Formats: sequence, C-alpha cells, structure tokens
Amino acid sequence: MSASSSASTGNGIARFILYTLLALFCVYYLLPLYVMVVNSLKPLSEITSGGMMSLPETLTFAPWQSAWSQAQVGVEATGLRPYFINSIQMVVPAVALSTLLGALNGYVLTKWPFRGSTILFGLLLFGCFIPFQIVLIPMARMLGLMGLAGSVPGLIFVHLVYGIGFSTLYFRNYYAAFPTELVRAAQIDGAGFFTIFWRILLPSSGPIAVVCIIWQFTNIWNDFLFGASFSDFDSQPMTVALNNLVQSSTGVKEYNVHFAGAIMAALPTLLVYIVAGRYFVRGLMAGSVKG
Amino acid sequence: MSHAATENRPALLDRLREALPKIVLSPTVAIVAIFVYGFIAFTVYLSFTNSRILPTFDLVGWKNYENLFKIRAWDIAVSNLLVFGILYIVICCALGLLLAILLDQRIRAEGFIRTIYLYPMALSFIVTGIAWKWFLDPGIGLEAVVQGWGFENFKFGWIKDRDMAIYTIVIAAVWQTSGFVMAMFLAGLRGIDSEMMKAAQIDGASTFALYRRIVIPQLRPAFMSAFVVLAHMAIKSYDLVIALTGGGPGTATEVPATFMYSYTFTRNQMGIGAASAVIMLMTIAAIIVPYLWSELREKKQ
Amino acid sequence: MMKSFKLGVAALALSTGLAQAGDVEVLHWWTSGGEAAALNVLKDDLSGQGIGWQDMPVAGGGGTQAMTVLRARVTSGNAPTAVQMLGFDITDWAKEGALANLNDIAADKNWDAVVPEALQKFAKYDGKWVAAPVNVHSTNWVWANKKLMDELGIAQPQTWDEFVAALQKVKDAGYTALAHGGQAWQDATIFDAVAMSTGGADFYQKAFVDLDEAALGSDTMKEAFDRMTTLRGFVDDNFSGRDWNLATAMVINNEAGFQLMGDWAKGEFLNAGKTPNQDFLCYRFPGTQSQVTFNSDQFAMFDQNGKVSDEQAALAGAILSPTFQIAFNKVKGSVPARTDLDVSELDACGQQGYEEFKAASASGNLYGSFAHGHANKAAIKNAMYDVITAHFNGEYDSATAVQELVSAVQINK
Repeated sequence: MSASSSASTGNGIARFILYTLLALFCVYYLLPLYVMVVNSLKPLSEITSGGMMSLPETLTFAPWQSAWSQAQVGVEATGLRPYFINSIQMVVPAVALSTLLGALNGYVLTKWPFRGSTILFGLLLFGCFIPFQIVLIPMARMLGLMGLAGSVPGLIFVHLVYGIGFSTLYFRNYYAAFPTELVRAAQIDGAGFFTIFWRILLPSSGPIAVVCIIWQFTNIWNDFLFGASFSDFDSQPMTVALNNLVQSSTGVKEYNVHFAGAIMAALPTLLVYIVAGRYFVRGLMAGSVKG
Repeated sequence: MSHAATENRPALLDRLREALPKIVLSPTVAIVAIFVYGFIAFTVYLSFTNSRILPTFDLVGWKNYENLFKIRAWDIAVSNLLVFGILYIVICCALGLLLAILLDQRIRAEGFIRTIYLYPMALSFIVTGIAWKWFLDPGIGLEAVVQGWGFENFKFGWIKDRDMAIYTIVIAAVWQTSGFVMAMFLAGLRGIDSEMMKAAQIDGASTFALYRRIVIPQLRPAFMSAFVVLAHMAIKSYDLVIALTGGGPGTATEVPATFMYSYTFTRNQMGIGAASAVIMLMTIAAIIVPYLWSELREKKQ
Repeated sequence: MMKSFKLGVAALALSTGLAQAGDVEVLHWWTSGGEAAALNVLKDDLSGQGIGWQDMPVAGGGGTQAMTVLRARVTSGNAPTAVQMLGFDITDWAKEGALANLNDIAADKNWDAVVPEALQKFAKYDGKWVAAPVNVHSTNWVWANKKLMDELGIAQPQTWDEFVAALQKVKDAGYTALAHGGQAWQDATIFDAVAMSTGGADFYQKAFVDLDEAALGSDTMKEAFDRMTTLRGFVDDNFSGRDWNLATAMVINNEAGFQLMGDWAKGEFLNAGKTPNQDFLCYRFPGTQSQVTFNSDQFAMFDQNGKVSDEQAALAGAILSPTFQIAFNKVKGSVPARTDLDVSELDACGQQGYEEFKAASASGNLYGSFAHGHANKAAIKNAMYDVITAHFNGEYDSATAVQELVSAVQINK
C-alpha cells in the first residue's frame, strides 16, 4: 500500500511528531546495544571496578581482536573465526530450503485447496508449539538411524523440519490476500501449476520472503540446543563457540570479550536484515504498479 | 484395445496434474506426521514411565502427573506464563502495528530506522541478557545512572523484586521481538491493494477511519501470523529467563520452559519433564485451537 | 523394552562414526582461558604418544549443558570417547552400562592407593574404575579482604558467633559484610558450609547423604536455616541474580568484607593481581576447620565395543599423572586428586588447601558437597536448592523450610 497522501503532504507539526516518535523508539532499541558496544571497547579492569554504564576511559580494540581470533573457546585458542564457516554451511541451505518449501506449501494451501487442506494447515501450525525439550532425544535417535548423526546435513534437516511450520504460515497468510482471479485467468491461458507459481506468485512475494528469511536465518543462526546436540567436534556452529566463550562457569569472565563476540556473531544476521530489507521497498513498488 | 490406451493416457496425466498440489505438499505432511505428532505421541508415552536419565519403558501410571502437581515451582511457572504471555503478546502487537504504520508514512531513512527496530532479533540472548541484567540492576544500571544525574529518589529495582521481576522479562522480550512484528505488519501493509485506499480517500475518510475501517481489517492474516509467532516465543522463552534472572529471585520468574528443561535434563527426571510437556501442550491446544479454528473457518467462506 | 532400547543404542554405536582410531573425542566444559590452556597440557601429552585430540567443548550451567548434549550423542549412537563429569552423573551413566572398565590401567598405575576413598566412591562403580579424577575443588572456604580485616581489627573467626560478630563489625563500618550472588547454587553453597558447621559431620552425612528424614526434619536443620536468615541480614540489597565473580569483585575492590565460595574464586583474586595472605585471606568456614566438602571433576570413558581402547587407557593414565595433576590444578585453583604429590608449585592457599584435603581424607572428614552434586543425585540436589533459595529469599520461614525440605526429598527420592 502506498502511504496515505494526506499524511505525507500533511503539516510540518505532524511530521515533526512522527519523527520524534520514531527517534524515541530508536533510543529504546539501541540502549542495550550501547551497553554492549561501550563495554566491548574497555579494558576488563574498568568494567569490574564498576564503570559499566560509562564511556570507556581507555579505548581498546583488543577485546574484538581476542574474540575473533585469540580467545579460548576450547582447548585451542582459536577465537570465533573457525566456527563461522560451520554456521554458514548450515544456515544457507537450511534457510533456502525452508523458505522455498514454505512458499510452495502456502501456494498449494491457498490456490489449490482440497478437502481437509485447512485442517492440515491447522495441524501444521499447532506443530510449531512442540517444546524442544521433548524433541531432543527421539530426534537424536532418528538422526542416528538415518546416518545423519553429528553432521551438517543432519543439522540442516533438523532446522528444516522445525522451520516448515512457520515458513508455511507466512506464505499462506500472504498469498491468502493475493487475488485468486489472476491464478484462474492464467490457468485458462494454459499455464501449469509450477508456471503460475514461478511467474505470478513468486515475483510479488518480496516482502513476505524477507520476513520469512529474517525469521529462519535468525532462528537457525542463533540456535544453540540443536547445534550443540546434533553436531560433532568438527561441525559445531558459531553459537556453541559463543556460548563456550561466555558461559565458562568457574573461570574469569572477560565481559569485554563476551560483548565483542556477541556483536560479531550477530553481524551476518544484521547483514541479512540490511540487504533483505530493500525488498520491503521493492514490495511497495510492486504494490503501486499493481494499483 | 489401442483405442482404450490412447484414452487412458491423458486421463492418467490429468489425474497426475490434479494430484500435483497434493504431491508437492506430501513431504511436509510426512515430516510433520513423524517429527511432530510422532514425537508428541512418544512424549505422552514417556510421561507414564519412570524415565530418568534416558527413556525407559516401565509404566508407572499417573505417578508423574501426581508428583508434578505437588511441585510448587510448576504452579508458579504456569501462572507466570499467563502473565508474561498475555502482556508480551498484547504489547508486541500494539507496538509492532504502531511502528509499522509510522514507518509506512514515506519516512526518510526508512531502511536505517527499520534495521534499528529489527536488530535485537539478531542478537543471541546468551550475551544480550548480560547487558539487560546490568541495565536493570539498580546498583549499576538505570537507577544508578538517573540517581547520578541528581534525581536521588528515582527507584527502579524491579529485577530484584519478587513481585515485579516478571515484568522486567516482558520489557526485554518486547525489546527483542516487537521489531519483527513490525516487519510482519509492514509486509502486510505493503501487500494491501492501494485502489481501495484511494477510493476511500476520495470519499473523504479521515486517516484514522481509513486505518480502522480498511487497513487493519485487511491485516487480519498478518495478525494471525504475529499471534502464532508471539505465542510460540512466549511459551519457548528459555534463554531470556535464564540470562536475565535465572528463574529468580528465588523461584519468582520460573516459566514452563525452564521447568521442563530443568526436570528433563538437569534433574534427570525425564518422566516428570514429559508430563509437564504434555500438560503444556494440552493447555496450548485449549487456547490456540479455538482461535485457529475460528480464523481458518472464516477464511473459507 | 528397556533392554531393547539400550541394545538399539549399542548397535547404533557399532554402525556409525566413532572417533577415528588413534584419536580421542573429548566432551568437556572447560572453555575459559586458564582451564582450557591447562587442558592443552593433556592434549600435548597425548600427541606425544601419537594420539589426536578432537575437541568438543560445550559450556554452560556448570556442565548441565554438556550433559544434555551427551544424552543426544549417546542416543544417536555417536558417543564421545571421553566425557568430563561430576559426581552422581558418573554413577548414573555407569548404571546404564555405558562406561568402560578401566581396572587394568588403574591396577597398573596403582590408583587404589593414591586416590582418596571419598573420590573412589564416584570414580568406581560396582568395583570397576569407570572414570579418572582430574581435580578436587573444596567448597567450604571463606575469602576475606585483608585490608578491611586489618583496618577493623578482625582476626580469623573460629566459631559461628565470632563470624557473626566479624560480619557485624564490617557492616557497622559501612561496608557490605557478605558479598553474595542470589542464585540457587550459590545459596546452596553457603548452606552447605552452614549446615556442616551447625550440625557437624555426622549430621551432614545423615541429612544430605543418607537422606535420613529425622535429620532432615530436626531442630538442628531449623537452626541451620535460622543461621541462613542471619547471613541474609549481612548481604546487600542488590544481591539477587548477581554472578559469583561479581561478588568476588566486591571483595577485591574493598567494597565487601567476606565471600563464601569454592576455591575457584581464588582465580579472580589472582587475575586481579592480588596475593594470598597479603591482599586477601583464605580459610575454612568457622566450625568446619577440620572438614573438607569437595566436588571433583572426572573424565569418564565411554565403552568402545565392550572394551577400553588403547587411546582411552592412555588418556586415563595421562590424567592421573603427577605432571598433569600439578600443571592443571595450579591454573584451576583446585588441588590434585591424588595424595602423594609435592605441591610446592601451588600458591599459598592451594598448598594450605592440599594439606587440609589430605588431613580430612586421612581422618574420614572428606565429604562430597551436596550443593555440588556429590552427596546425592541431581533430582534431590535441585529439590533442595528450591527450598534453600526460597527460604533465603524470604518465601519460607525456617520451620516451613524444614518441612518443605523433608517433602522435597520424599517426592524426588
């Protein structure tokens, strides 16, 4: 939808209030990041002596360097660097597959409904609420039986399984508003099942694909329990390493390194937000072309 | 014979074409049947066994359920989830919608602001929890800073207060997900047909009426997505609680997710853990199923 | 049915990827700088023997995270070769028949003679060695700020009453008397020492190891809870949820007089450049001078097709070797798990701790700490945590706490 023109041409005071509101919310969202950034640039002694909220007195980038390549996350002091590649190998196929499958499912459920398809969707949705605590042991057994235990394909499979519900939900609810007449018209013109999906629905799925990718990428990238349980010594994802960096129970806690590591670990996700975010705007343009 | 065969082939193809949607859907159905409902059935079975460290199959009847209801922390966990879940879902939806509408007013630097609203989702709570914990800690965080500015009477010690600690979890949880809810509503807004809007504007509808009468009703599917996502996050909020309060002070912020994890894995009481999961799923079903039912049925008309 | 599940697990273990021959895959949660570096000593020792080390660290929750992962790994038939474990976890896995028998190497290296009996209780199951102990942490320590003690003229308190008087003095002088973090395990760590000091060793054994209901519900137990209430009065307002190391920092920064914590707290002092007996003092909790409550990290070996592999035997042997024991414990703040070593390389607190540990072991005063899972299984330990922490936070009075303790044990027994 294009913004209501009354607001965009409205008086300056309304715009001023609007921007002030938006800026205030920015402060709310940025506050914890302030704490993290500020503390990641201080020597540890400054933090433990009590200056947790203040700006650094001595600026240092050593914590960042340490988190990236020197910190002890296991027996060897490798930092987070080697674990990035493990995570990327896992997250890219998992996000791509579950988004594609979700789009197809949403397409079938809205444009090709059949007897019982609504109930099927309901069951799919309810499946989103399965607590991970009960999944762990039987899933481990299934992965063992399928020969996928402790491997990257195994992890991709697990994330696909528990990501389908949500990706289907997003696309189904988005396609529900998509005019079915267009699909029927294409059908009369002789377009097949996949042609319609590919040519008509997918090109206008920008905004919802963004939402779905953000959701899946974030969840899979930040997942700890599955990543720790179903990986091997050579396929541990980034979160396990980050957790190892942060959670040592009886060692000295280097908060500055922890914060640097956490921000670093979030960078790929942030990158996805920034890159994918453009497609929101493209969705807007698609909307205006339609209108 | 040959006549019949030529007639048969298109029929077969037709039937295949007709079945294509179902074929496309079938892997999903199979996966969900095994890895969701199969595992739920397995859990129901486990809840009647005396499983401790690993699953065992010695049945003990209702004993796990009897013990579960004797554990005080479970009562606390369930009532906390109600308070937390309702506040979290309502605030996130309201805030998400507000932000989406504000951002949809042809804002300069929209991409930048949107990323700021969204970024909390990107951070793992393993570490963000520490930042929040410090920020909320009266000794080092907000209270200390504001008092340092000269407002000596300023008090903000909720995280240390047994009755208020659960609300600090709401604050941090809203911070984390409201931006994502905003994104969902924004996607919904951008999918709305602009024809209708123009028509309504020509009719002289006020901006407020425009949103109330035309835009928000069209966002219904987006609301449903938001509700399912938020309910799911509320029920599974584990990292957040562990990082922020660890279930404390005392047991004041215990939630079902921390309870289930602790009994299944930390305390080696897998039977009781499974029983709590079953009760949890039944409660979710009692709340979610009627909602989904009404939403999905109306859609069909 | 139970059997078939286990057999299935065993069959899977045969068919899927075990660590390659010549390598050991080690699941552990020692990831902080010092600990992990110390573990590297072990790795180097093994690589000298041509054995590779596949590192599988999973930190969090004092090992609970790693134990969760272990269950998934075993169920999927992909068990690691060696796993760091604590107390009753070892017994539980041995019961499942998952651990390998280390008796040959134990006999060869004479473990029975050098490892104290209290540790063997966990390292052995059914007469068989199943784990190699790495270290002994003791938990009944008091850490005191020397500068404050000198300033206020406080000598080492010998009894509970003297300790209360000392705390009062610190409080009156405007400092936080007791630096403490309000987390269940920290509350229980204090209670551990308080209960031992209030009721003595026999009471401790009866209540926390034998789970004798008379002892659990006794007036002595109520007295112990009353003492916790007293201690609660010496803690600052913001204690709730604080991490233990931030509490230690309060003592280091001259903000607080005392902390009650296990010997891992020493690392924080040393890391801040403080010297034992000059900047800070370490002594046993008043009234427990001759007892040592401990927890001990051990490496359990998972069964490899019904036997111990050569790599596992080498690893087990290396863990209990004098060089590794000294090198590791010097960094970790704990003391060696064998009683026949020269510990002159350890710092003053470490040397003192080692002497006390040996003496307690010889006199039968070495007790597994209930707060750290060395007196009873996890279900009971955590049920006790719930009661202790609820009482410490004022949700129960002492009489109710005693009742709740008894019923918590009954439900989880």
